[in-house]
Amino acid sequence: MPNMSLTKVKMTEQEPNVRNANFLEVAQGYTLEQAKEEADRCLNCKNPMCVQGCPVSVPIPQFIAKIKEDDLAGAYKILSNANALPAVSGRVCPQETQCESKCIRGIKGEPVAIGRLERFVADWARENGVANLETAEKNGHRVAVIGSGPAGLTCAGELARKGYDVTVFEALHVAGGVLSYGIPEFRLPKEIVNKEVENLVKMGVKIETNMVIGKVLSIDELFEEMGFEAVFIGSGAGLPMFARIPGESLCGVYSANEYLTRINLMKAFRGAENCDTPVLESKSVAVIGGGNVAMDAARCAKRMGAKEVHIVYRRGEAELPARKEEVHHAMEEGIIFDFLTAPVSIEGDEKGRACKLNCIKMELGEPDASGRRRPIPVEGSEFAIEVDTVIPSLGTSPNPLIRSTTPGLDTNKKGCIVTAENGATSRNAVFAGGDASTGAATVILAMGAGKTAAASIDEYLRNK
Amino acid sequence: MEKYQIVLKKPLKPDITLMEIYAPLIAKKAKAGQFIIFRVDADGERVPLTIAYTDKERGVVAIIFQKVGATTLKLDELNEGECLHDFVGPLGVPTEIEKMGKKVAVVGGGAGCAIAYPIAKALHEAGVEVHLIAGFRNKDLIILEEEMGAACTELHMCTDIGDYGFHGFGTDMLKKLLDEGHKFDHVVAIGPLMMMKFVCKLTKQYDIPTTISMNPIMVDGTGMCGCCRVTVGGETKFACVDGPDFDGHLVDFDEVIARNNSYKAFETAKKEEHICRLRGKTNA
Repeated sequence: MPNMSLTKVKMTEQEPNVRNANFLEVAQGYTLEQAKEEADRCLNCKNPMCVQGCPVSVPIPQFIAKIKEDDLAGAYKILSNANALPAVSGRVCPQETQCESKCIRGIKGEPVAIGRLERFVADWARENGVANLETAEKNGHRVAVIGSGPAGLTCAGELARKGYDVTVFEALHVAGGVLSYGIPEFRLPKEIVNKEVENLVKMGVKIETNMVIGKVLSIDELFEEMGFEAVFIGSGAGLPMFARIPGESLCGVYSANEYLTRINLMKAFRGAENCDTPVLESKSVAVIGGGNVAMDAARCAKRMGAKEVHIVYRRGEAELPARKEEVHHAMEEGIIFDFLTAPVSIEGDEKGRACKLNCIKMELGEPDASGRRRPIPVEGSEFAIEVDTVIPSLGTSPNPLIRSTTPGLDTNKKGCIVTAENGATSRNAVFAGGDASTGAATVILAMGAGKTAAASIDEYLRNK
Repeated sequence: MEKYQIVLKKPLKPDITLMEIYAPLIAKKAKAGQFIIFRVDADGERVPLTIAYTDKERGVVAIIFQKVGATTLKLDELNEGECLHDFVGPLGVPTEIEKMGKKVAVVGGGAGCAIAYPIAKALHEAGVEVHLIAGFRNKDLIILEEEMGAACTELHMCTDIGDYGFHGFGTDMLKKLLDEGHKFDHVVAIGPLMMMKFVCKLTKQYDIPTTISMNPIMVDGTGMCGCCRVTVGGETKFACVDGPDFDGHLVDFDEVIARNNSYKAFETAKKEEHICRLRGKTNA
């Protein structure tokens, strides 16, 4: 008999007032008993809608059925055959708008906690030294993957499994892309990212760090001089956008990318005595924006010791683009949300450090092109927040290094690489996916694009 | 040879060192004005340095650095045969040598001469008449005099205190040349921000296009974090992908000067901590 409880089995979390002072993982995962209890909520539908909601088409009921049977190795095999980074997506996927939004159990009550079960299986495998490293016989064809973020790693993993000789070129000194520099330790421990990368290496994927494609080698050189037969571009989102208000060059103003990079990639979270990369001490912080990155920046600021952290967002709570879970976690941790508030200017003190964020209240008017109600300033509602740090978190625009050095590679007005549904670009044998082609989006969409492109590359090289 | 191995280490001054690093792909691609980012160890910070010269045949990239902080002190502790942890490049847009005209003045200040030198050399090799003005605080701090002499049409050495060459700043020397009737099509200034600011102030009066090489704080250096933003003509530019060269007459210098001081306290503390640790080692 299935477990007919209307709610998900709760996952243990660190207490908000404890966790907002450390960088340890917030959510602590299911025990075997909890996982089995939750797995029993799955009805094993004949026509599973959840799978349609998954960008990488994980056979969800099948892996959950294996948990019920106590066959965790079997569950991991099914999961990892479809998803190259299950421990990652089990943590950072917005399941509530994907697989879980389609779950039949969600009509009355909460859907099956698919994400938590995915994480449980992946963690079990890692902790028990179980890996799925099987690959087809090496076929000798060489593929270059640019960028080692979620799109690149997925594409590399899929191709390695099919027997290709894959080299991943990463610009930074470690692999992982946004999983390493962007998403904080308390949401995605770097040890997990490293382990996923290690597994790919064991499958024969070569990872070359410190390689900025477009600078040290062009895409043409990858083909002509290095002998690659196909290229996947997963170079990710690029330069941060700013609010274009006066004072954004003051000391203490960080783009969310810079702030998170200093803390995550460069390890400033260990504290000044254990890290060579500085991050300014903050007493009061304002993060501008309402996306997942804004939540990450705000929650990091709190953990770095800021007494007061604000999220300044020009629309209302209902319009926040961040995942509900992230917003909820941020609120629990004491982040102050200033909704319907737009930044006007940043003022600096005599030393050039930010000291005040001038704001204006907004009200919501008619829906705009994005379908969201357009915020309109309320006259005479100006006010100021005393802050020493301001973190604009307003999205990114694609990095110019590859498009400017690759003749014949079409990009759109925003600078994103134009791709067909199968990931093909305007250049023969060049495929792309993830933020480099869509603009800033989610980890799982990038993984989906990497997987699709891998299938297209396989098809292209087999028919060549 | 191993990746990022130190092939040559040569102290130029007690506090300035030249290193040749084995990095054949970068050596093959790098052009004057571009930079690399290095890390000394697994937990090290990322530090940008402009490339002094390259040797394609030997596959080496040369850097010249001043021991100003904990990381450059650590770098200087490495010896020939040892390897840097990371070395990435060539980053940034090369200096636009071709567009500078027939007669160019290159002004280098202090350790900035290590960057002025390759740019002067590239211009000189392209057949441009190059006046290289090299300013130092005093005679003891002079570096690369011979190399610079060979990389230009005329070398003008200057010292602030006047114990060698022209007595005065590089800016004063440039003004002197202009007043003597030299007509420069372009001026390139590289050195401390204050010095570049004053060169630009001068060349604006004489209406000479001026390129400066910006050295803001960077983190990733590949166009991701936005730390190195500089306001140029009212627009936000990123030194790592749009620069490091910019039109000096449009750069908001005061803003960069303030931003570059952001981490002074941290840097001083790190440096002292590192020196203490070294002393501890020698005492033991």
